[in-house]
Amino acid sequence: MIEQRPLLTAMSHIIMVLGVILVAFPIWITFVAATHDDIRMVQAPLPLLPGEHFFENLDKTLFGVGLSGTESAPVWLMLLNSLAMALMIAFGKIAISLLSAFAIVYFKFPFRMGFFWMIFITLMLPVEVRILPTFEVVASLGMLNSYWGLTVPLIASATATFMFRQVFLTVPDEMLESARIDGAGPMRFFFDILLPLSRTNIAALFVILFIYGWNQYLWPLLVTTETDMTTIVMSIKQMLEAAEQSPQWNIIMMTALLAMLPPIVVVIGMQKLFVQGLTETDK
Amino acid sequence: MATITLTDLVKSYDDTQVLHHVEGAFEDGEFIVIVGPSGCGKSTLLRMVAGLESVTSGEIRIGDRVVNDLEPADRDIAMVFQNYALYPHMSVFDNMAYGLKIRRIPKDEIRKRVEDAADILEIRDYLQRRPRQLSGGQRQRVAMGRAIVRDPQVFLFDEPLSNLDAKLRVQMRLEIRKLQKRLGVTSIYVTHDQVEAMTLGDRLMVLNGGYVEQFGAPTELYERPASIFVAGFIGSPSMNFFEVTVAEGVATLPSGAKMSSSTTYSGKATLGVRPEHMSPAPDGPLKIEVGMLEQLGANTLVHGVLEGRSEEIVASLPGLEHINVRTTLGFDAPSESIHLFDETGVRID
Amino acid sequence: MLKRVHFPSSPLPYLLVAPQIAITLVFFIWPASQAMYQSFLIEDAFGLSTEFVWFENYELLMEDKQYLDSFGRTIFFSAAVAFLSMSLALVLAGFADRVIRGAMVYRTLLIWPYAVAPVLAGALWVFMFNPTLGIISYALEFVGVNWNHYLNGEQAMALVIFAAAWKQIAYNFLFYLAAMQSIPRSVIEAAAIDGAGPMRRFITIVFPLIAPTTFFLLVINAVYAFFDTFGIVHAVTQGGPANATTILVYKVYNDGFVGLDLGGSAAQSVILMALVIGMTVVQFRFVERKVQY
Repeated sequence: MIEQRPLLTAMSHIIMVLGVILVAFPIWITFVAATHDDIRMVQAPLPLLPGEHFFENLDKTLFGVGLSGTESAPVWLMLLNSLAMALMIAFGKIAISLLSAFAIVYFKFPFRMGFFWMIFITLMLPVEVRILPTFEVVASLGMLNSYWGLTVPLIASATATFMFRQVFLTVPDEMLESARIDGAGPMRFFFDILLPLSRTNIAALFVILFIYGWNQYLWPLLVTTETDMTTIVMSIKQMLEAAEQSPQWNIIMMTALLAMLPPIVVVIGMQKLFVQGLTETDK
Repeated sequence: MATITLTDLVKSYDDTQVLHHVEGAFEDGEFIVIVGPSGCGKSTLLRMVAGLESVTSGEIRIGDRVVNDLEPADRDIAMVFQNYALYPHMSVFDNMAYGLKIRRIPKDEIRKRVEDAADILEIRDYLQRRPRQLSGGQRQRVAMGRAIVRDPQVFLFDEPLSNLDAKLRVQMRLEIRKLQKRLGVTSIYVTHDQVEAMTLGDRLMVLNGGYVEQFGAPTELYERPASIFVAGFIGSPSMNFFEVTVAEGVATLPSGAKMSSSTTYSGKATLGVRPEHMSPAPDGPLKIEVGMLEQLGANTLVHGVLEGRSEEIVASLPGLEHINVRTTLGFDAPSESIHLFDETGVRID
Repeated sequence: MLKRVHFPSSPLPYLLVAPQIAITLVFFIWPASQAMYQSFLIEDAFGLSTEFVWFENYELLMEDKQYLDSFGRTIFFSAAVAFLSMSLALVLAGFADRVIRGAMVYRTLLIWPYAVAPVLAGALWVFMFNPTLGIISYALEFVGVNWNHYLNGEQAMALVIFAAAWKQIAYNFLFYLAAMQSIPRSVIEAAAIDGAGPMRRFITIVFPLIAPTTFFLLVINAVYAFFDTFGIVHAVTQGGPANATTILVYKVYNDGFVGLDLGGSAAQSVILMALVIGMTVVQFRFVERKVQY
């Protein structure tokens, strides 16, 4: 910084540390709760430091029958469901957005702009505002309680299409001309040149979409009624309700921890791609 | 190897015609340079030959085939782009091999061809590198290599040297020339740089505003420019022009000075004389008030205006000359170095 | 928009856009038009017959005190969430921008709430504020606050706001930090030479220069608070107590899926759609200017 003011620098660090504590505190408390046994977790005040029952809780949560007094799928199955949903949404969105952006940028064909605007409109129709009729469509197509019903209605994406369109527009025209002289057809050009050139953009978008898919809540809540199809994020709500009768906060918080771990690992582990994806998709 | 024939070639975008009835017959193995200012249509013409732009009307023939409706890949051509258009995610080897792979040429053959081309261009050591690890000159060579391995009937160059610094440009210019002679492939080369055009081309096609101004050997363009445009465009520094009146073989300058010519034309005209054809002559018709000197070493450029008038004039004298500014010098030019153009800009003989 | 050169025409581009367009038609355009259509219908109490009533559903909504209250509550909620999370993020970004050493470490430690699903964020906060066990409500007792968001509507609203704002700090922080780091150092140095101290520089130079980001984040946060907070409300309060936290998205869901008032829910959907369209237009008109900083 400009001036050398040790006091100010020290104060900056103090405020940053306070900020980190504020932001991390709920997650810390969750972690602590997941390390104590159920007896300790009904005694006020609750602990602020971790206990010794982490692995015991982990085992009980992952492979146990869940909370006593509720019927639900085992947590490992929910994790698998969530993983499947997140991956299908991320890959599905990326695939169909890449293809339509490719068509819109590299071909001149009737109704091109019509298609473009149709995709644009999806931006204005988030799931939350059309839940009921969309649910009816999915129900009438017999897609309830299936991975298809969970994911397909969510994979149309204007933002991803726009992002790829932007990326393709920055690829020099000569790339295409050169490929054409080399004898590459459209799909060959797409796979050999365009995809490799956009790979960091794809990776960045994948990070964002994985989190988006993993964290879906309202939609899975509606389309899955069988316990086998429950996702981990959904299960928290059911557990909270059960907790009002028989509090087992250690198990609930362990589940919450498991539910947020994958996206957090993705964000921290791929921080650079994450930041790139976040800023690119919001343009 | 092939000839290229352009017949009555027209290109329009919507209602704007950008190329007007271009004609040209290029010999097998010839190095043709298309030269002109930016926006003259030279790149469009090249891209039409490549198949990257459609033909509005007329005909393009490569060898015996009319190629108007052929895909670029089917025309048996290779092109070197201004920005090289190397695939950034592929190694130099893969860049050069890509077109061959698509054509399903056997692996051994590809390897041999790429390595041979790399030897010719002296880039064998870089085959495993990525384009961004190369210097401008090396990228240029890779772009050439990509064209060579294809062993095409025609090379097309779209201002390939314009991204290089001046020194490298001169060096690469010579290399391209040598390479083309060695391979004997018919080539079309587009540039806006008239020096490049003069040194490279067997024949030059000068384009202006979508029209062919002149098509001929470099010496022909220099010695007998067909129009004021060509006369001004070819040669450095540019030709001097004066408004004159011609009668009975004598051109009269506005200052009243007279220069003789062998023409039978009479009326208003434009007289042109190249700076390097003017020689000092105390009694010469061209009196220059010297304004500024440029001493370039091999020659000295004398800038000034015609005495008592405002027309600017440049003379080029061999060697280093020391002339005081604000003096007046007389110059003359032999009658065979005087060019006359009529009021529409066309050469008068 | 389009490349100068493109591939020759063929049926291929239609095949390429087909998946996206099919999904858009089936799951977006069709349901949205259904919502539009249903918003003009009223079903009788037994679901036996429906009647086309033009704008009656909308008129009913406009007279419905609960709906109007929910509207006002949503606006208050959004404003509170945006203000709280943006101002905290601004302060943190301002200090993070100061400390050159460690700025990236702080960034790493601050961004993870973005990855937490809204419903999980709700669960975390509900746990901390649990009236009988919660660690914070326990602490609050010592300062004389009796916390029970199951009974106290204002406390319930505060809790929902905390959870929603907490989750959004990460996003706002990232954008503010990026905006501040893109201000040329020379501008700040010039201000320092002019005699402006750190605080003054922040208020008179930095803050005005990042105004486009503030505006952009305002729109993003409003959209977030309007539409992405369903999970938080559902986990924390389920709209209660006594509708104290029933924001618009929650009400659409509740009236449609729990109350089974199809026409009314559809009319609410259409109004929400109009709101999203409005916000999207604002956001897109602004995008052009956003590039400036």
